[in-house]
Amino acid sequence: MTSGMQIIAALLVPLIGAIGIALVGRKSPNLREAVTFITAIALLVIVWTMLPGLFAGERPEITLTELLPGLSIKFQVEPLGMMFAALASLLWIVNSIYSLGYMRGNKEQHQTRFYVLFAVALSAVMGIAFAGNLLTLFIFYEILTLSTYPLVAHKGDGKTVASARVYMGILLATSIGLFLPAIIWTYMATGTLDFVPGGILEGHVAGPAVGLLLVLFVFGVGKAALMPVHRWLPAAMVAPTPVSALLHAVAVVKAGVFTITKIIIYIFGVDFLAVEPSTDWLLYAAIFTVIAASIVALRQTNLKRLLAYSTIAQLSYIIMAAALLTPMAEIGASLHIVAHAFGKITLFFAAGCIYVASKKTEIAQLAGIGRRMPWTMAAFTIGALSMIGVPPTAGFVSKWYILGGAFQADSYIVIATLVLSTVLNAAYFLPILYIAWFRNDETTPANNHGEAPKAMVIAVTITAALTLLFMAFNQPVLDLESQLVGITR
Amino acid sequence: MSIYQHLPALQVVVPMLIAPLVVLMRGRGLAWAMATATSMMAFIIAVSLTNIVLETGAVSYAMGSWQAPYGIELRVTAFSALLLLIVTAASTITLLFGKQSIDSQLEEHRQPMFYAAWLLVLAGLVGIVVAGDAFNIFVFMEVSSLASYILIAAGPNRKAMPSVFKYLIMGTIGATFYLIGVGLIYMMTGTLNLADMEVRLQEVQDIKPIIVAAGFITVGLALKAAVFPLHVWLPNSYTYAPHMVTAFFAACATKVSLFVLLRFEFLVFHQNLVEHVGHFSTFLIPLAVIGILLASGVALFESHLKRLLAYSSIAQVGYILLGASMATASGLTAGIIHMFNHALAKGALFFAIACLATQVSSLRLENLGGVARKMPWTMAAFVIGGLSLVGIPGTAGFISKWLLISAVLEKGTLGIFLVVAVLVSSLMAAVYFWRIVEVAYFGDAPKQSAELHEAPKWMLLGTWFVALANIYYGLNPSLPLLLSNQAAASLLGQLP
Repeated sequence: MTSGMQIIAALLVPLIGAIGIALVGRKSPNLREAVTFITAIALLVIVWTMLPGLFAGERPEITLTELLPGLSIKFQVEPLGMMFAALASLLWIVNSIYSLGYMRGNKEQHQTRFYVLFAVALSAVMGIAFAGNLLTLFIFYEILTLSTYPLVAHKGDGKTVASARVYMGILLATSIGLFLPAIIWTYMATGTLDFVPGGILEGHVAGPAVGLLLVLFVFGVGKAALMPVHRWLPAAMVAPTPVSALLHAVAVVKAGVFTITKIIIYIFGVDFLAVEPSTDWLLYAAIFTVIAASIVALRQTNLKRLLAYSTIAQLSYIIMAAALLTPMAEIGASLHIVAHAFGKITLFFAAGCIYVASKKTEIAQLAGIGRRMPWTMAAFTIGALSMIGVPPTAGFVSKWYILGGAFQADSYIVIATLVLSTVLNAAYFLPILYIAWFRNDETTPANNHGEAPKAMVIAVTITAALTLLFMAFNQPVLDLESQLVGITR
Repeated sequence: MSIYQHLPALQVVVPMLIAPLVVLMRGRGLAWAMATATSMMAFIIAVSLTNIVLETGAVSYAMGSWQAPYGIELRVTAFSALLLLIVTAASTITLLFGKQSIDSQLEEHRQPMFYAAWLLVLAGLVGIVVAGDAFNIFVFMEVSSLASYILIAAGPNRKAMPSVFKYLIMGTIGATFYLIGVGLIYMMTGTLNLADMEVRLQEVQDIKPIIVAAGFITVGLALKAAVFPLHVWLPNSYTYAPHMVTAFFAACATKVSLFVLLRFEFLVFHQNLVEHVGHFSTFLIPLAVIGILLASGVALFESHLKRLLAYSSIAQVGYILLGASMATASGLTAGIIHMFNHALAKGALFFAIACLATQVSSLRLENLGGVARKMPWTMAAFVIGGLSLVGIPGTAGFISKWLLISAVLEKGTLGIFLVVAVLVSSLMAAVYFWRIVEVAYFGDAPKQSAELHEAPKWMLLGTWFVALANIYYGLNPSLPLLLSNQAAASLLGQLP
């Protein structure tokens, strides 16, 4: 199979899987889950077999159709997208194991629809990851929004649907109202939308217009949840936990920061942004979001909402790192996409385990839960430590590189932000750990509940293990992303 | 060889002559079969004409060998070829796949008359498109209008009558205005042939009557084309007409009037009236923008499915007009290709609605809860049509929106405001379209609802045919793009 065909296969396999799931869904839940797993594994194999080629410096690409001159549906694999695709395909398998336990343990309705749309969303993620130009990226970006709406609105009652509308409303409005005009502007200015190493805008746009264009791009990509377009993320927490976990810790939000990183590197070009003073605001907007979201997180009493605000803060870490425009910070940004994904999916998984086993959603209710659910809470602890950035967890590695990048850029405000946000992270995660492990539970009867269903515990253990292992085995990601910097340097 | 020369005439003559014969077809389905076959023949003629135009350029046909400007000239350019394709394809597909829908809405004994009127509409519309002189355009306009009143009045709801009456009054005023304008021009130039008019107008000293004529013609045709604020006849006519008639008209009826309008504005007036383009633009840009925004706004709050889409049609006419009123090659291309793409999108949507109507009793939104679970294929096609309407990439609607926005941006600061208007209305389209999707997919079924089934297979096939065409022409727009590029160039006089 040629590499170009492999890209198409990565897009089609989840779709074929979705059709398969829909066909067998009514007849046998077991068969349906089997189809999900087969599809997820097939996707993993397809995506991961592209890795060696990428390490060797290949950039497979395929053009499907040319709509108008310079405007085509085109895919190209480059290190950043490869990493994103590899990450999403890996975590889809773990998430499927988890969904199995969650959806059955919780006796959810419409499970077939759930698995079908999950597969469609994964196909959209592959499209985003491998998009060869802005238009292709935009198409799959919208497909991802549309296909995840029913997942968020899964419960179907009035309050859930209202929240899901906020979710879709913000994402669609920003993408059509800001992102699309930015794309059109870029096309009008340059005549192309391709992702080119070093950027395409230099020499075509200059002065304050560059800053304005960056505004349109950054806030148009609402999925990156830079304040003030972050409101959809807490709203989307009404979704079932597997959705929150994969989509809102990995696929959707990472699609956002991935898009912004990609635009910074391949559309503007790092060098161009560095000499253009009108674009400095991005760094400060990201810093503001990091701090503000952390402070809001401090005040949350609902576990999933706290995780949502923590996600907003962590996403802005990535944007902040990318906006530093130094090689080490770009590596840090891409590493943090992976590190945060492992840590945050663990946290969401654990929150879902707690909900299924005990129906508890508030932090205050968690007293003594560590003793009832030791595996879950151990995983939660690892995830929380990774968010704070304590070794030996994944969060430490990426924070190290971002910090290194900040020193390269002599940006003391970023260093100060990193320090402050670490303190804030600790301030909202450590009390949870304290309540869960050390406070005695007086209200719940002793043998009320134990661990969550096995499938869920297995999944959360795997992601916690990945969080730990990433500390030691991050070399491949580092190698891959160094190619990125090699381009941008 | 010889038959090819006569294609422009046959395009009109075939449906027109067969129409009276259809009245005699009293057997079961015979009238339908004959009308469908005729329409298909018209479509084949349109395709061959398009091929000829693409190979050799515009075709001119002298009726009865009387040379223009004295005889009647039929003229097929790239622009008219595109319109011919839209009209004949819309008629053929709705007839071919829509039999069940028509059967369910119309008693058997009324059908022969209905199909005869249908063919007359078809003949009238293609006649307008191929006619090379102003008076024949008027004649064909009347033929198609009178016949279309019959088609709309055939709707099963008695409210069809008052809405048709409104349409009749407005349509007649429009046609009269047009005729007054043509009369004034004839008075000053002594010719009715459009090409001849363009030449002779240059010699006219007193330009005032021509300006008045331009005003009358523009307003009259804008009325026929449902340009805001002259659109009031459209929503009710579309709502109460039989579903297949709505699908047919929504795809092509207003566009044919726009076609005539553009030909007059650019071919006849453009070179001859000082500052005409400026007047044209300043007059029409605000109307187009207000129409786009207001009609989309009304659609937001409308709960009858057909009326909702009718308002959306008014907004889409605004898009076409907005592109055209840029008076640049790119703007005209965008407007013209949107005629084609909007026909595809609306065709798919109204076809899907006809499928829905075979099962549900009322097309009001509150009655459609959860309908997608029972009719997944119908609603999936509806979604594709809606995506195309909103202008999501990968569908035909995106191509025209993209071209429109690019064209508008060439206007500088004004362009930015216009882009904002276009994007806002796209968002509104997304919202009103999403309301339907949400009800159909996630809503609860109304309590005393009957058992629903999927629509008849044959109709579904037609619906999907149009829906997939939306995707095909979204991914490979070369044919409509080529035709509209040539059309724009010829309107601006850049092509011989």
